[in-house]
Amino acid sequence: MEDLLNAFFLMSNFVFVPAIAYGSQLALGAVGVTLVYGILRFSNFAHGDIMAFGTMVVILFTWLFQSYGINLGPLPTAILALPFGIIATAIFLLGSDKFVYKFYREKKAVPVTYLIASVGIMFVLNGIVRFIIGPNDQRFADGERFIIKAKAMKQYLGTAEGVSIKVSQGLTVITAVIVVMALFWFLNKTRTGKSMRAFSDNEDLALLSGISPDKVVSVTWILVAILATIAGTLYGLDKSFKPFTYFMLLLPIFASAIVGGLGNPLGAIAGGFVIAFSEIMITYPYKKFVAYIVPGDWKPDGLVQLLATDYKFAVSFIILVLVLLFKPTGIFAGKSV
Amino acid sequence: MTLNRNTLYFTIMALLLLGVGLFQSWNVSLSILNLCLISAIMALGVNIQWGYAGLFNVGIMGFAALGGLAAVLVAMPPIEGAWDKGGWGAIGGLLLAVISIAIAVFTYKKMKIGKYRTISIVAICIIGFFLSRYIFGPATHAIESINPAKSGYLGGLGLPIVISWPVGGLFAGIAAWVIGKITLGLRSDYLAIATLGISEIIIAVLKHEDWMTRGVKNVIGMPRPVPYEVNLQTTEWFLDMCNWLGTDPIGFSSIFVKICYAGLFIIMLLIVLWLSETALKSPWGRMMRAIRDNEVSANAMGKNVTKRHLQVFVLGSVVVGIAGAMLTTLDGQLTPTSYQPLRFTFLIWIMVIVGGSGNNWGAILGGFVIWFFWIEAEPLGLLLMNLITSGMSEDSGLRLHLINSAAHMRLMTMGIILLLVLRFSPRGLLPEKS
Repeated sequence: MEDLLNAFFLMSNFVFVPAIAYGSQLALGAVGVTLVYGILRFSNFAHGDIMAFGTMVVILFTWLFQSYGINLGPLPTAILALPFGIIATAIFLLGSDKFVYKFYREKKAVPVTYLIASVGIMFVLNGIVRFIIGPNDQRFADGERFIIKAKAMKQYLGTAEGVSIKVSQGLTVITAVIVVMALFWFLNKTRTGKSMRAFSDNEDLALLSGISPDKVVSVTWILVAILATIAGTLYGLDKSFKPFTYFMLLLPIFASAIVGGLGNPLGAIAGGFVIAFSEIMITYPYKKFVAYIVPGDWKPDGLVQLLATDYKFAVSFIILVLVLLFKPTGIFAGKSV
Repeated sequence: MTLNRNTLYFTIMALLLLGVGLFQSWNVSLSILNLCLISAIMALGVNIQWGYAGLFNVGIMGFAALGGLAAVLVAMPPIEGAWDKGGWGAIGGLLLAVISIAIAVFTYKKMKIGKYRTISIVAICIIGFFLSRYIFGPATHAIESINPAKSGYLGGLGLPIVISWPVGGLFAGIAAWVIGKITLGLRSDYLAIATLGISEIIIAVLKHEDWMTRGVKNVIGMPRPVPYEVNLQTTEWFLDMCNWLGTDPIGFSSIFVKICYAGLFIIMLLIVLWLSETALKSPWGRMMRAIRDNEVSANAMGKNVTKRHLQVFVLGSVVVGIAGAMLTTLDGQLTPTSYQPLRFTFLIWIMVIVGGSGNNWGAILGGFVIWFFWIEAEPLGLLLMNLITSGMSEDSGLRLHLINSAAHMRLMTMGIILLLVLRFSPRGLLPEKS
C-alpha cells in the first residue's frame, strides 16, 4: 500500500503536476495562435517571439519594482509587472498591424504573404529582445517557492516520497483558468466578441452586416498580447527565460493549435494538454516508479524511458503528423484543410 | 533591360568583394565569397520550391544539416572495430524500425476500416518500437564506448568528400519526400509548420546520436577536396608560383586554398544554375508556374497539383542538401550546435525574397548580397555603435551594453529589410521575367 502511495506521489511530482502546468502554458500560447488564424487567417510565426517580448518587458518591470522594494509577499513580483508587459506588447502588435499586415489585408494578399511578413516581424522582435536583455538565461521568480513541500509531507505521512507543488505551477493553473474563462465570456457574451466570432466564421457576411474589420482585428491583437504575455511570463516563472527557448516553443504551440483544430480556441486548450501530457509521459524515466510497483527483485536496470528527453520536440511533431494524416481538421473540427 | 540590370548588380557585388579584399584582407574577401557561393546554391534550392511552385519551406536548416551528415558518413575514415562491435546492430535496429513502419502502412492500406485495423496497427508500432530499441540500444552503446574521447562513433566510408555532395542531396530528398507526402495537398501553413518541426528534429538527432555524428563532441578534421596549406608550402610548383608572383608562400597558401574551394563551388553553382534554368524554360517549368499562379485551373487542365508539388519540393530540397554538404566540406567539421534556424532557414528566405523570387539569377544575387551584408553588418554595426556612444564616458554601463549587443542588431536589420522588400518591391532586386 505504501509503495503504491509512493509511486503515485512520484507520478504526481514528475508527470501530472508539471504536465498540467506546461499544458496550461501551451494552451494559452495556442489560443493566441488560433485567434490570429481564425481572424487574420495566417499562422503567426512570430508568436514565440511575441511571448519573449512580453516576458522581457515583464522582467524589466519586475527588476524595477524589486529595486524599489515593492513585492507581493509570497507571490512573484512579476504578477505586478504583467499589465505593463501586456500594454507594451499590445502597442507593438497594433503598430506592426498598422505598418505591416494592414497593407496586405487591404490588398487581399494570399495567406503565405502574411506568413512571410510574420517571419519579418519575428526577426525584428528577436533582434529587439536580444538587444535589450541579451540572449542568456534570466531568472526572475521571487517570493515563496513551494505551495506544498515534499519534505513536510514525507514527515507527516512517513512515506519515502511526498507531493510537492511549486508556486509557479499553482499560479500557472489558476491564472490559465481565469484567463480562459474571461476569454470565453468575452467571445460568447459581449458584442465585440460575438462580432469576432462572426468575422471568423464568414468574413464577407460579417462585413455585410456592418462589423468593422479594423475593430475586430485590433481587438484580436490586444487579446493576443494579453495571452502571449501571460503565457510567456508563466513559462518563464516556471522554468526560466531564454529568448531562444521561446522561439523553440513555436513547434509545440502550433502542434497544440492544429491538434485541437486551427481557429478553434476550445480545441487549442485541449491540444495544449494533449501535447504537454504526451511530451512529459513519453520522456519521463519510469525507473523509480516501476521499482515501487513491482516486487523487490524485479527492479529494472535501465531508465525505462520511452524516448530521451532530448527528443521532446519529436513527440509534438509525431502527434502533429498523426493528426495531419488521419484528421487534418483536428480533434475539434477547426476551419481548414 | 533585365540583362543590363543583371550585369549592373553583379558588377556592384564584385566591386564590393574586391573592396573588402583591398581594404580589409583577401582572406576575408575570399571567405565571404565562398560562403556567398554556398548561400547562392541554397537560395537556388529554395527558389525552386518557392519561386517555381509557391511552397513555403521553413526547414532549410534541417535539409542542410542532412547534407552535413552525409559529409561525415561518406568522407570520414571508418573507426577500427566499430562495425564489428555495434555497427550492424545499429543499422539493423534502424532497419527494423523502418520495416515496422512499412508494415503498419501496408496494414493501413490493406485492412478494412474498423476496430481491428486500429488495434493491429498500434500493436505493430509498439512491437516494432521495442524490438528495434532492443537491438539498437546495446549496439550504439558499444560503439560509443570505443575510445569516446577521440572517436566513439561509427566513422564513415572513407571515400572522397566530393561524393558526399550528391549523397547529401539524396538524404535531403528522402526527408523531403516523407514530409511532402504527409503535408502537401493540405493548407500551405501545414507544410511550413511540418518543415519547421522536421528541421528541429534532424538537428536534435545530430546532437544526440553520438554513435553516428559524435553529437556535441563534433566531428573535426574532415578530409578536404583541396590541398592542405602545410603541404602546399613545401611543394615545388607552388613555391615557384609564389616566387613568380612575388608573395610570401605562407600567407598565399591559405588564399590559394580558398581559391580552390571557390573554383569547386563555382562549378557546382553553374551546374545547378544551368539545370534550374533549363527546367524553368522547359514545358515542365511552364506547367509549374501555371500551377503556382492558378492551382484551380491547372487542376482543371488535368495536372496533378499535389504530385507536381511533391516533385518540386523534393528537387529543391536536394539542392539544399547538396549545399549543406558543401558547407560542411568548407568548414572541415560538423558542429551540430552551429545549426541555428535564424541563420540557416530564415536568412536563406530573405536571400530569395530580396533577390527576386522566381528568378534564378535573383536568388544567386540575393545569396551574395545578403551574405555579404550579414558578415559586414557586424563591423559596420560596431562602428555605428561606437559613433553613437562616443559622447558617453568610457565606462558607462549603457555604452558597454550597446557595444556588446551590436551583434544582435543584424537580426533586426534583416527583419526590416525583409519587411521593406516585401512591401515596396515584392518582386525583389531582379524580378521574374513575365
